[in-house]
Amino acid sequence: MALLELKDVSMVYNGKVRALDGINFSVEKGEWVAIMGPSGSGKTTLMNIIGCMDKATGGEVILDGIDLSDVDADKLTEIRREKIGMVFQQFHLVPYLTAVENIMVAQYYHGLPDLNDAMTELKRVGLEDRANHLPSQLSGGEQQRVCIARALINYPVLILADEPTGNLDEANQNLVMKIFHELHAEGHTIITVTHSPDVGREAQRCIVLEHGRIKS
Amino acid sequence: MFWQMVKGALIRQKNRFALIALTVALGVSLAAAMLNVMFDVGDKVNQELKAYGANITVTPKNSALLKDVYGLEAHEYLNESDLGKIKTIFWTNNIVAFAPKLDGELTLVDGSKIPAAGTWFNHEMTLPTGETLSIGVVEMKSWWKIDGSYPANDTEALIGQKLAAEKNLHVGDTLKYTGGEFKISGILSGGGDEDNQLLVNLSAMQKILNVPGKIGSIEVSAITTPENDLARKAAANPDLLSQQEKEIWYCTAYVSAIAYQIEEVIANSSARPVRQIAESEGKILEKTQLLMLLITALSLLSTALGVSNLVSANIMERSRELGLLKAIGATNLGVILLVLTEIFIAGGVGGILGYAVSLGLAQVIGTTVFGSAIVNNSAVLPIVSVLMVVVLLVGSLPAIRMLLSLQPAEVLHGR
Ligand SMILES: Nc1ncnc2c1ncn2[C@@H]1O[C@H](COP(=O)(O)OP(=O)(O)O)[C@@H](O)[C@H]1O
Ligand SMILES: [Mg+2]
Repeated sequence: MALLELKDVSMVYNGKVRALDGINFSVEKGEWVAIMGPSGSGKTTLMNIIGCMDKATGGEVILDGIDLSDVDADKLTEIRREKIGMVFQQFHLVPYLTAVENIMVAQYYHGLPDLNDAMTELKRVGLEDRANHLPSQLSGGEQQRVCIARALINYPVLILADEPTGNLDEANQNLVMKIFHELHAEGHTIITVTHSPDVGREAQRCIVLEHGRIKS
Repeated sequence: MFWQMVKGALIRQKNRFALIALTVALGVSLAAAMLNVMFDVGDKVNQELKAYGANITVTPKNSALLKDVYGLEAHEYLNESDLGKIKTIFWTNNIVAFAPKLDGELTLVDGSKIPAAGTWFNHEMTLPTGETLSIGVVEMKSWWKIDGSYPANDTEALIGQKLAAEKNLHVGDTLKYTGGEFKISGILSGGGDEDNQLLVNLSAMQKILNVPGKIGSIEVSAITTPENDLARKAAANPDLLSQQEKEIWYCTAYVSAIAYQIEEVIANSSARPVRQIAESEGKILEKTQLLMLLITALSLLSTALGVSNLVSANIMERSRELGLLKAIGATNLGVILLVLTEIFIAGGVGGILGYAVSLGLAQVIGTTVFGSAIVNNSAVLPIVSVLMVVVLLVGSLPAIRMLLSLQPAEVLHGR
């Protein structure tokens, strides 16, 4: 059975903006899929639905055997906490907590914070020596790597990244892509959203959106 | 982790939280000070009212007139035999106690003069109805403190503490005067004129002044109904009332009605309410207390508004950060708990500060407005604490609503 399966998913905002229209695809465990498309094509909307931050207005989304269309908001939060690791285009960190504390917050809401585990994850993204720096003391690329470490800390079954390199220069983009390659090699399931063909090519498979439909 | 987050938020946004603390401090200091003053001044005035004891004095009609108009001391007397009639008036059950008084002077053997008065201490009296009662100052002046005991007979006397100190007299001493001697049975502290007087049995005084069966005045203590317009109109002149009004007035326990009825039974007398001033003071006090209560309520209301503004602005500023917490798995309850903890810590610090300030503020209000130091009431701290919690919760309501409707998907993609 596929890890993620979308059947005829549609999303209509405010009863009129049709952001997604009849989306069908599935992602197998261990796959790295890129979702591509021009701005406004519905990529973020799709990410929000897969990432349990929003509910589709039509169709079925099945994640790790759970049908997301018939659970309530609290349950959705719980599934997100248990199964998803998210990385955003903007590097969202809690500004008054250090790098390692930002990772531990995710542990805290999941279960128990553990400094050693958090440090291990920081080491994986090459930032063990910046553990006690505040986000404001880190570069954009470093902040995004902290975000990736945070996304990994609770052993998610699916890593979702919305334009993870959108705000980065080329050197940092390469660093981040290298981490994704390593994660893929370790067997993680990854979905990255991007409008850049360069980044899209790194994935095993591409799904291209246009006006809320799959183009190819 | 939770406390690390709280600490981080408090330190990073210390200006905002300082403002919240300050707002709460202002409200709490004002509220606590007002409550303290209110309780204390209320207590003080009540004590004062009680200390009056008698609320009606009965004097000979002409003497009252002469004294008031010409400032003359006239030797007019009431009859001791009329005293029992006080218990025959319509409002007899409202008369709690009364005591006759006969003022005079004693010339001591060294030639100096001291004020002296005769009264009933605990006099067994047979009423015209046949009942026997014990009547006198023991019951009426319940707050008097006696070192020793009340005089048991005509040869014993009670001496006011100031006079005793002046003449260096103690319990058991003998006081010699030109016509005989008294044994000091007790030293009296009452807080009024009596502290400068020698008090003896009425009959002893009547002998000294040579006025058998006469008394100078009567103090009456009666339970009364608070005055209203009708009572005030009647007090001015009962004859101006209509028949119906007069009936209502006469059959209500207004102090003026009781005084009027006493005048009716005691020959040649003038009965006057003595507590009128104190009572109007009481009324002003009630209004002042109401005003203070209003100020307290308003200051707490404005504190709640201030807090709600500050907290809402704070949440709005941090919507990304709080949305992020939700995105990485915090429940609504978790986020609300975090924010409320921050608010309550800031508010608590402000509250402690405000309470400390209020103690000083109460003294300032007490001395400048009421001319007396304020004793801090122990009930104020718990009351103010509860009020503060309510204010903080109410102030946080809009922020909680915002938190509940905060969608991580919306704030995190920077739309
Ligand atoms: N919360 C929303 N409310 C209303 N319309 C929205 C909302 N989110 C997205 N849209 C609309 O849905 C369409 C797809 O948006 P989005 O998924 O952000 O595209 P992309 O991420 O590919 O740029 C756009 O037309 C956008 O205006
Ligand atoms: Mg987008």
